[in-house]
Amino acid sequence: MVNNRSFMKAKIIVMPKRTVLDPQGKTVKHALESMKFQGIQEVRIGKFIEVEVAGTDRAAVRQQIDDACHKLLSNPVIEEYTFELQ
Amino acid sequence: MRFGIIQFPGSNCDQDCHHALATVFGQPTRYIWHKDTGLGGVDCVVLPGGFSYGDYLRTGAIARFSPALKAVADHARAGGLVIGICNGFQILCETHLLPGALIRNRSLKFICDHVRVRVESTNSAFTNAARPGQVLRLPIAHGEGCYFAEPAVLEELRRDDRVLLRYVDNPNGSLDHIAGVCNAGRNVFGLMPHPERASEAILGSDDGCLIFESILRRAAVAR
Repeated sequence: MVNNRSFMKAKIIVMPKRTVLDPQGKTVKHALESMKFQGIQEVRIGKFIEVEVAGTDRAAVRQQIDDACHKLLSNPVIEEYTFELQ
Repeated sequence: MRFGIIQFPGSNCDQDCHHALATVFGQPTRYIWHKDTGLGGVDCVVLPGGFSYGDYLRTGAIARFSPALKAVADHARAGGLVIGICNGFQILCETHLLPGALIRNRSLKFICDHVRVRVESTNSAFTNAARPGQVLRLPIAHGEGCYFAEPAVLEELRRDDRVLLRYVDNPNGSLDHIAGVCNAGRNVFGLMPHPERASEAILGSDDGCLIFESILRRAAVAR
């Protein structure tokens, strides 16, 4: 049945670039430390996006998702993204 | 001078801008719906404050793809004047008509306050009526007003005199205290403070008038 599936699911992670201040991450790190969680080095907060795409041509879907990430789902000025197709 | 104010779902400073331009300054002013593909021959486009498309994904990210924004980009490329206020500034950055981006305030708090900003350059259509270094008292109301750009971009902005406004006491963590920048052509201006909400003494400040007076003065010179 898996082979008959006519859509793919892209799991996209968008993170603030290392050079961009992430005050949410810093605040959550302080909260974890104040709760006595040990050894917290860094916390950074980004977004997780799922997109379902009709199609069976994996390369074409990959290209389309990459384009969507670049143009809309992330802002390359402040963010970077990775994704996997399932 | 003919002004056009773009309205998005979620704009909420459009009528304030209309009041300032039409009633206070007596200029012909019209609204332009975000789905319009033309600007109706206006001379200056205003992208007002608010929460276009609910600020979903990122502030200004969805508005960027409105039909009206394509017309605004064409207008800007042809040298037409564009001013983006607050959410309008965020949209201009997402559209890449201005460099950089506006991210969450360093405090993580939404800030609603009057702040002092210094006019850093009077060499623009938007600040020419001010004195160099003049300090204006203007309201801000934003959660994502922290200006960010890579060091090379900041250097370029400084070198080319494109930082038009800086905060006197940086309220949001903006790099280089930037409150407003213009493009290389100096015809597109984005700022986080709201000049339209400071256009009459009864509002607590009329310092914002200087921005609109500058635009009108530029129009008079051009004529």
